[in-house]
Amino acid sequence: MTVKKFNLPDVGEGLTEAEVVAWKVKPGDTVAINDVLCEIETAKSLVELPSPFAGTVTELLVEEGITVEVGTAIIAVSEGGATDDATPDGAAPQGQPTDAVAAAQAPAAEEVFTPTYGKLVADDSSDSGLAGGPLVGSGPKADAVKRRARKRPAGSVVPAITVAENAEGTVQDNQALLAAKAAEAPVAHRTTPVRAVVEPVTQVPAASAPQTPASQPAVSQPAASRGAAIGGTISGLVSRVLAKPPVRKFARDLGIDLADVVATGQRGEVTREDLVSYQAQRDAEHDQADSFWGTSKKPQDQRIERVAVKGVRKATAKAMVDSAFSAPHVSIFVDVDASRTMEFVKRLKVSRDFEGIKVSPLLILAKAVIWAAARNPSVNATWVENADGKGGAEIHVKHFMNLGIAAATPRGLMVPNIKDAQDLSLKELALALNELATKARAGKTQPAEMQGGSLTVTNIGALGIDTGTPIINPGEVAIIAFGTIKQKPWVLDGEVIPRWITTLGGSFDHRVVDGDLSARFMADVAAILEEPALLLD
Amino acid sequence: MGSTQLPPGTEETLAATTAAAAAPGEPVEMVQLLGPDGKLGTDPVFSDYAKRIDPEKLRVFYTDMARIRRFDQEATALQRQGELALWVPLTGQEAAQIGSGHASQSQDYIFPTYREHGVALVRNVDLAELLKQFRGVSNGGWDPRENNFHLYTLVLAAQTLHAVGYAMGIQRDQKLAATQDSTDSKAAVIAYFGDGASSEGDVHESMVFAASYNAPVVFFCQNNHWAISVPTEVQTKVPLANRAKGYGFPGIRVDGNDVIAVHAVTEWALEHAREGRGPVLIEAYTYRVGAHTTADDPTKYRESAEEAAWREKDPLERLEKYLRAEGLADEAFFDQVDADGDELAKYVRSTTHGLEVPDIREAFANVYAEQHPLIAEELAWFEEYSAGFESDEETAN
Repeated sequence: MTVKKFNLPDVGEGLTEAEVVAWKVKPGDTVAINDVLCEIETAKSLVELPSPFAGTVTELLVEEGITVEVGTAIIAVSEGGATDDATPDGAAPQGQPTDAVAAAQAPAAEEVFTPTYGKLVADDSSDSGLAGGPLVGSGPKADAVKRRARKRPAGSVVPAITVAENAEGTVQDNQALLAAKAAEAPVAHRTTPVRAVVEPVTQVPAASAPQTPASQPAVSQPAASRGAAIGGTISGLVSRVLAKPPVRKFARDLGIDLADVVATGQRGEVTREDLVSYQAQRDAEHDQADSFWGTSKKPQDQRIERVAVKGVRKATAKAMVDSAFSAPHVSIFVDVDASRTMEFVKRLKVSRDFEGIKVSPLLILAKAVIWAAARNPSVNATWVENADGKGGAEIHVKHFMNLGIAAATPRGLMVPNIKDAQDLSLKELALALNELATKARAGKTQPAEMQGGSLTVTNIGALGIDTGTPIINPGEVAIIAFGTIKQKPWVLDGEVIPRWITTLGGSFDHRVVDGDLSARFMADVAAILEEPALLLD
Repeated sequence: MGSTQLPPGTEETLAATTAAAAAPGEPVEMVQLLGPDGKLGTDPVFSDYAKRIDPEKLRVFYTDMARIRRFDQEATALQRQGELALWVPLTGQEAAQIGSGHASQSQDYIFPTYREHGVALVRNVDLAELLKQFRGVSNGGWDPRENNFHLYTLVLAAQTLHAVGYAMGIQRDQKLAATQDSTDSKAAVIAYFGDGASSEGDVHESMVFAASYNAPVVFFCQNNHWAISVPTEVQTKVPLANRAKGYGFPGIRVDGNDVIAVHAVTEWALEHAREGRGPVLIEAYTYRVGAHTTADDPTKYRESAEEAAWREKDPLERLEKYLRAEGLADEAFFDQVDADGDELAKYVRSTTHGLEVPDIREAFANVYAEQHPLIAEELAWFEEYSAGFESDEETAN
């Protein structure tokens, strides 16, 4: 039996690292050549890695969500299967921390299976002579798949140790991180069964000292999908939530406001599963809250959690800095009496045409924005720096509306857009909004869906917020913040009466949109919310 | 079909251009014999050529298409496993390549791009050798003279110039042979390129020269609709086949997913070229179902609905339908094809693992035919540099 390790390959051209997004196998699984092992995300794309080995998975060496350098071993597979040795089936499953298995594992030759791309190839063959499968390690040609670390020039000015540290630094960091995660297992809200089971086997030969939590900075994953729980609450804020009576009772028993729960039912109703997952989420957050403050016995520098900035967080940060420091933002606000919008939404909900379609005030706002943009086209534009190649800028006014909707997703903030939204009927727009939200919440938004946006709406009202000064999505010149809609005292014909009021906020790129234009645009959007019938115009 | 006449009046030209521009990519006329439904149609010119294909040949077409698709999958997997630096998938374009490859004769010379794995298979190139370049252990991989199949050209469109030059060489050889009463069979050249390469100046120059000299060359353009992320509509306002008119030779658009039509049209074009009637442009209208290369993510620039629509036109499925409907192949045949594919994949996998990085000294040996002082000096420097490394001990991984 030979244990082989699969090192992270460079799946693009010249990529240096990738994040292991999801494992498709677990220790003990039997894999064939080209079975999918895991999904990794590189700077270029999400890619599935097929197995180069046939055998049994003995260990996953990198946890999901961790970014590792190309060349890092990510999985160990024992070739030839575990059933052909003396160990009875099932008596000692893979990775059980018994001496018998440890003994069986220890003498197994560990071959490291490494991409050769761009690396010199080792010519030692000390571990050959293994009559393995049809793959690597069989016969004299096995060398081609082995990599040797670059040689160091003899007597060079750089001390050898320093070179080694530079080359391996990141990998070591990751291993330390893994060790820290394993060590803090009792505290972690995320269970780590994989490592817990496999650890003893791999640790036997290494004879490593047990690590105490105090010796390692505790690092934990940020709550992954807080946004998912609040993404779909807008309907709850403004209307009665759909749910079957037993689900309502269940919610009451748990003390959950149905309006807070993301509904996934066929007709937009909250299901029992929705409640359960909401409860689990809330528990996790509460648990985290209890243990959030580090014990004050520890020095403060050990009570700082370091979260690597990568992926969507990194992209968002860059986009926001680019936008905030290149486009001079001007923000304006307007209070709107949206009572007629609320009535309209209510009527749409009961209309036969919209049966089964989720309708919310966001739909009317989206329609209003499209309508108002046609009357004030400069808000639907792009500022193009150095368009003529001689330093001259251009304003590209777009005669189409790719309406972006900012969405909190499990992977972070995304702004997918609805292409050619100006061509959609109210019903089509409602369907498009639903699809966009469903996809975003499930984390399935495709990169193409986020490109080419022309104007963005951010629905901060879903969080119960009145208004804000949003930052413009790069490549656009306007963004609308849709505040919460709630009943407020409003003066109408000299009388104070309760009305459904909302606040619209908008940020505009002053290079393109002057004050009067942004004001006119916002007034037009507000006019539709006050009187949706104007859409018939 | 294939008139070499320029339109008589400028107005007509303008009108035609405008009409085409109004609907870019609209097939004006496309030769198709075997439709996506697996039913064989007719064509006034090319049905005669299709009739030359006997059932055995059809089964070979199918086997080759299936084998090259299986090979493509294996090579993609090898890349994902770090065994290849890069892979250029061909899935979707099997019919265009297998059909045209089989239309060529052994004396014809082929200039591929870097995606013509199907043509390589037909020309008997060892597919494991083909992977050498993608593994980074060779600048080429095979001897192009062995099968008259040139090395892959990575410089976009450069091979079209080489092809025309080679075709002009054939013309001179034939003139010489004519004076010597030689019985050598006449040869032609196929230059493969893509819709993206069609925008390169090299293609224009090639076509100008080919027309001027009436060179025996077939320009075989696989319009797979995407030049990495740029759609064909951006590359051209008229169907690519129509461009031949401007150079004064025939241009034909053929359904690139119809192996029978591709074979018929290519056979016609090669005959046309061999007989000294000059170049032909074939636009094989097909689709790259996968990524441009393994370093590309097509979901970033195209809709999955488009891919799904093209999957409906799959070249293998339609031939399978036809073979089954006509009783030309049974279940055992298709099982055998699958088994052959797996066998090929296994062979390619094990051979790839064995491909070793060559000694860099070989590179010095191949610069000049004879000893050269500068090369000798550089080799000496390299030897000294290599000797400056520590011994072979491995550092921790």
